[in-house]
Amino acid sequence: MASLKEWWHRLGSPRTFYAIAQRAGPWFTGLGVAAIVVALTWGLAFAPPDYQQGNSFRIMYLHVPTAILAQSVYMMLGAAGLVLLVWRMKLADMVIVAAAPFGMSMTALALVTGAIWGKPTWGAWWVWDARTTSMLVQLFLYFGLIALRQAIPREETAGRACAILAVVGTVNIPIIKYSVDWWLTLHQPSTFTLTAAPSMPPEMYLPLLVSVLGFYALFAGLVFARTSNVILDRERSTAWVRALVREQTS
Amino acid sequence: MIFSSLSDFLAMGGHAPYVWSAYGIGLVVILVNVLSPGIARRRFFEIEGERERRAAVRAEQE
Repeated sequence: MASLKEWWHRLGSPRTFYAIAQRAGPWFTGLGVAAIVVALTWGLAFAPPDYQQGNSFRIMYLHVPTAILAQSVYMMLGAAGLVLLVWRMKLADMVIVAAAPFGMSMTALALVTGAIWGKPTWGAWWVWDARTTSMLVQLFLYFGLIALRQAIPREETAGRACAILAVVGTVNIPIIKYSVDWWLTLHQPSTFTLTAAPSMPPEMYLPLLVSVLGFYALFAGLVFARTSNVILDRERSTAWVRALVREQTS
Repeated sequence: MIFSSLSDFLAMGGHAPYVWSAYGIGLVVILVNVLSPGIARRRFFEIEGERERRAAVRAEQE
């Protein structure tokens, strides 16, 4: 138990995290990019067309992973927010700062690809149904989080305010997830569920699975890379960062 | 490949504008995400390295 606590404490040290991130980050990013390239090529050129939607369904290989990530990134922000509020671990605040823009870009991409897919499928770019509306709320939560951080000049106060918003904002995640079940929506139900076999043939869902895993790997790699940058910025006057600067630029 | 020719692939069965615009925007978003941390990192070391050099020069003058 004592060693677990010690490990937790050490992980929370920005310097230790930086060392881990420098080693692990590039692997995750590389793996993610490779998987995404394979999955999107597979989905674009080799998966069979949908019997109803024809080839427009291929947008799914981009739309579904980004929509999943939009929610997963926010769940991680909520968890980091909780860690900051309970343990006052400043690394958690750095992770929130690092991951929020990526989550926002994934949410925006899910909404844009959804609109483009909606036009040939539903006949409209945008429909105010429960799934799309709750996803738009999600985008505003990301905006709010990033804007709140910049609006408060004092770092510690800004961090705590953002942590509270991140935790409270997770209330929207189940709403997004169950929106297609709770309300009658135009949006189709989930492609993947943990309890049932996919409703698609394997040559259609395997590329999607690879794409989702690729986006998760990219997420991990980018959190490592971006948190490293936040650590360097915040710890710029510490001895170890000064030594690193001299080593990198000499 | 499921398509019979390259032009068939590019046409996407009449859905070309939708499929290719979605993938184009997606590619840009992914590229920006992948490349920006490296650029920010390089800029940090440029600025801080310059500060380090100036501090060294100042120390020499004193």
